[in-house]
Amino acid sequence: MAANDRKATGKTASTYLELREELLRRDRSLRHKVVSLEEATSFVRDGDSVGIGGSTMSRTPMGMIWALIRAGRKGLTCSRSIVSSDGDLLYASGVCDHMVTSWFSQGILWGVSKVMRHYVESGKARYDEWSHMAMGMRFRAGAMGIPFMPIRSMLGSDVCKQRPEAIEIDCPFTGEKLLLVPALNPDVALIHVQRCDAYGNAQIDGLQFMDVDLAMAANKVILTTERIVSNDQIRRAPDQTKIPFFAVDAVVELPFGCAPHECYGVYEPMLRHMEYYVALVNDDPVKGMQQYIERFVHGPKSWSEFLALIGIDELLEAARAGESIYDA
Amino acid sequence: MLKKHGYSAAELLTILSARQLGDGQVVFAGVGIPLLAATLAQRLRCPGLTILFEGGVIGAFIEPGKLPPSTNDQRCTKRANMVLGSAEVLLLLQRGYVDVGFMGGAQVDQYGNLNSSFIGDPARPKTRLPGTGGGNDIASLAHMIVAMKHEKRRFVEHVDFVTSPGYLRGGDTRRASGLLAGGTFRVVTDLAVFGFEADKRRMQVMSLNPGVSREELQDNTGFRLEFAPHLGVTEPPTDQELALLHELDPERLYTA
Repeated sequence: MAANDRKATGKTASTYLELREELLRRDRSLRHKVVSLEEATSFVRDGDSVGIGGSTMSRTPMGMIWALIRAGRKGLTCSRSIVSSDGDLLYASGVCDHMVTSWFSQGILWGVSKVMRHYVESGKARYDEWSHMAMGMRFRAGAMGIPFMPIRSMLGSDVCKQRPEAIEIDCPFTGEKLLLVPALNPDVALIHVQRCDAYGNAQIDGLQFMDVDLAMAANKVILTTERIVSNDQIRRAPDQTKIPFFAVDAVVELPFGCAPHECYGVYEPMLRHMEYYVALVNDDPVKGMQQYIERFVHGPKSWSEFLALIGIDELLEAARAGESIYDA
Repeated sequence: MLKKHGYSAAELLTILSARQLGDGQVVFAGVGIPLLAATLAQRLRCPGLTILFEGGVIGAFIEPGKLPPSTNDQRCTKRANMVLGSAEVLLLLQRGYVDVGFMGGAQVDQYGNLNSSFIGDPARPKTRLPGTGGGNDIASLAHMIVAMKHEKRRFVEHVDFVTSPGYLRGGDTRRASGLLAGGTFRVVTDLAVFGFEADKRRMQVMSLNPGVSREELQDNTGFRLEFAPHLGVTEPPTDQELALLHELDPERLYTA
């Protein structure tokens, strides 16, 4: 079933056999998958359902989102555990008009995102709110190949009333009330990791958020990575591998690929750039976003040029703070 | 407030809510004042307090002056006992490992329900707020402390939208909706500390903060207040509490 049909019917889970067929069609052999950032955008089609890895300002696949804006993708439905300025960019660029998440603003330091408010309050874009655990259980059900998971939160709340896709039942074993949340199997997942090999064996340091479930739930996975390492290096510490190569379709080496957000152990968020961004876009969500996207997304010739616009001082400062997590 | 007492409303709120925590407890804390208050309690009186964050952290030990911008940042993990997936840490609430949930809110009502989703009619909202995050899960699955600034527009008879459930419509309605465990047991503000009456599950004033009168509190509240039979007066912040708070948040990131 195409993503657009699902959108029209509000149905979020494919049938089990469709899900298996999607997987069968993928080339799951041990093969090199390294592509350029621009090439990776061809794995995402207009109207796709796209799962985004990381959470808030952490391990956001910002470079991939940046490239999708430049490639002019349209009509994506995006899902993520918690959405920050990545959501502003996706809405304002016209790439995404439907966000599925538990929390959507730039960050608690900056109040409520005027960009999110502008698009949602005017009806230009949709924001479906689920509880954080419900998002996790939806990806988990998708990863498990089952159509739903039962949860004990959201019951009795207005969050639940707004989500007819979630179904309340009396447990057949205990008679207790439970809420069934439907599996989420995105067409594509975008995930940024600290390191992976050319086959897509991905190692994640620190906080994993919902990324492992997201990877296994999705019908395609695009990895961006701080660096590509040898398969030998992966095999020296296989316990650190969190996403297996056969779930991965494309690998892009992209240093500082989460900028201006953080990548655990490598760099903290670039807060001066974020402060500049938030002041600009919350002052005027339409013109501010236009200006930002013009200057920082369409302006630079490459991701490196975008990083240069953030500035070497800020990158180094963020990197020093990022590595300090390993100091005693 | 700052001039009158030598501390800000946010500092008072942090210190008073920190006092609600006990040593040995497992507390699930949201970002901002809950995170700061839990850390304050941990450093001052409760070395055995275990702090959980929704980003996937067990046993957080936040460094003074290095407060994280969210509970999903690497700073939350420094010197923690364990990092784990977001779903995994939230499932600890569902399994019952968490003694206290601890969060803030944009709007609260007489039954302790919190709204962080919509101001006005949700179908045509005046303001779309960020949403629940882990708030709904914490409120649904744990006993909860709410810390928030006391303003009439924030303390309303009925919230515009129940994002995180308290006692819903009072009485047995929370349990009847399928929420078998937990419930809000404290609301701490810069004006007073509240509990909940046992049958109706309606908010009641347990103690007034220093210098606050019953009238002043009622004037700043959007519903009729009930006062506990033995109304107390909150102990003011001590020098020790204030000094440690300044050390934890020297840039007043959370306590401005």
